[in-house]
Amino acid sequence: MDLFGVISQLVFLLVAVLTLAAGLATVLLRNVFHAALALVGTFFGVAAIYLMLEAEFLAIVQILVYVGAIAVLILFAVMLTRGMMQTEDSNINSQWAWAATAIGVLFVGLFILILQVPWKISGQPVVGDTTPALGTALLTTYLLPFEVVSVLLLATLIGAFIIARE
Amino acid sequence: MDIWTLITDPFVTIYNLLRSGIIGLLASLGVPPDWIALIVFLIMGIIVVTAILIVAPVMMMYMTWLERKLVARMQDRVGPNRVGPFGLLQPIADMIKFLTKEDIVPEGVDKPVHLLAPIVVVIPVILSFSVIQFGVGMGAVDLNLGLLFLLAMGSMATIGVFMAGFGSHNKFAMIGGMRAAAQIISYEIPQILSVVVVVLLAGSISLNGIIEKQSGLFGLGWYFFYLPVGPIAFFIFLLAATAEINRVPFDLPEAESELVAGYHTEYSGMKFGLFYLAEFLNTFIISAIAASLFFGGWQGPFVQQIPALGIAYFFGKTIILIGIQLWFRGSLPRIRVDQLMNFGWKRLVPATLALILFTAAFLWAYRVLNQFLTGLGG
Repeated sequence: MDLFGVISQLVFLLVAVLTLAAGLATVLLRNVFHAALALVGTFFGVAAIYLMLEAEFLAIVQILVYVGAIAVLILFAVMLTRGMMQTEDSNINSQWAWAATAIGVLFVGLFILILQVPWKISGQPVVGDTTPALGTALLTTYLLPFEVVSVLLLATLIGAFIIARE
Repeated sequence: MDIWTLITDPFVTIYNLLRSGIIGLLASLGVPPDWIALIVFLIMGIIVVTAILIVAPVMMMYMTWLERKLVARMQDRVGPNRVGPFGLLQPIADMIKFLTKEDIVPEGVDKPVHLLAPIVVVIPVILSFSVIQFGVGMGAVDLNLGLLFLLAMGSMATIGVFMAGFGSHNKFAMIGGMRAAAQIISYEIPQILSVVVVVLLAGSISLNGIIEKQSGLFGLGWYFFYLPVGPIAFFIFLLAATAEINRVPFDLPEAESELVAGYHTEYSGMKFGLFYLAEFLNTFIISAIAASLFFGGWQGPFVQQIPALGIAYFFGKTIILIGIQLWFRGSLPRIRVDQLMNFGWKRLVPATLALILFTAAFLWAYRVLNQFLTGLGG
């Protein structure tokens, strides 16, 4: 393996370990605000992995949408929750064994499924700027799913307004 | 290497000389080629990063001087004039004061969050400098997604503000943090949408690509002059960006008369200094983006012949835009929270959406007409 291969492997390992650690912290931390901040760390780790896969557009959008909007929304909700300043509730209740079993079965199932799918892998490297190709594909080949998602988001928005007004 | 290139384009020439010198030196020592590539990449990276880390705080220090002098003049005062000629050494004295002050951490704070908040606020701003094009070929990196990267970095700032507000366990800091977050979320939308107008006109999201598209009319083909959309998009961008970085008249998150200092109430010493640094660097970044998108960045007359002029054009435009923001500060009162939200959601967002539709329709009509005319000619 050449020098750059070794270095990128090392960087990937580092990023993967940090991402997983942040993910674990999200679940295990007692303080909800700290857990939300750990989630931000996980989002960054995922963005870094996208970058290593040469998907720059996805990586930047991951930061813009997940860190800039979704994480902020979660933090906002945490701040609006009454009595969040001091409480450190336990995050394990009497149902934890059942939850762990269900999630474990789901994880193993998905894992086996992913291994069995014959993924199409192109041997060619990514050439040049992928953003225009992505944009063109979204607005021509995949226009219908794109529009359906927009309508779904609009419906969610209106629904949220109606619930908030009541 | 003739002396004329060195005079007209000093920084890029010196950079290239240094680079080829290091490659030559390593090659003569018999280092394998892929190691040479790695070492050169690291050394040149360290040089560029160091340059940014020196330029950014020095810019910030003299922006504080400019702000104090300019606002003092507007209010019929003299401003700092004791340390050095025209008070020019005042920022350095202030910096020494910041570095020597005691760092007080209040007892009730959430320690890790309180410690990390100023760092999280500063990092995205410094990262933004990496894609800004300071002159012809003078950007640390020329990302083909540069503009998107800048917007993503701008949206990250909210997290740090939240951390400062919540981690301080102080009601003033908390209210300031909430106000800042609400404001940043609301004004991020018109800011990004007004940028879309420029992206439509240029057909690119690379900062260099957008700047190069403005080279027409003897280096004055700036998007600001694309009537009527250019000026409108610029003013929307300037308003939304000023709100996004919490400056007057949108400085509700740190309103001194109501909230002490908002989210950074519980910070002292260099930690407060970092918030201060981030605020001024944000002003610089916003002005630099506006200069690049609407006023051609380093583009101007004779820039093709003498690339060094590009640096002067870029900084000139940016400093004028910073001056406009300081002028806001000197002359406008702070607006109310409800006015802020109403203005953002009910006026700015619909106006920007209409502007995007108009621009797209205009460009489409132009293209159809162009095809029709070339059809006639052929």
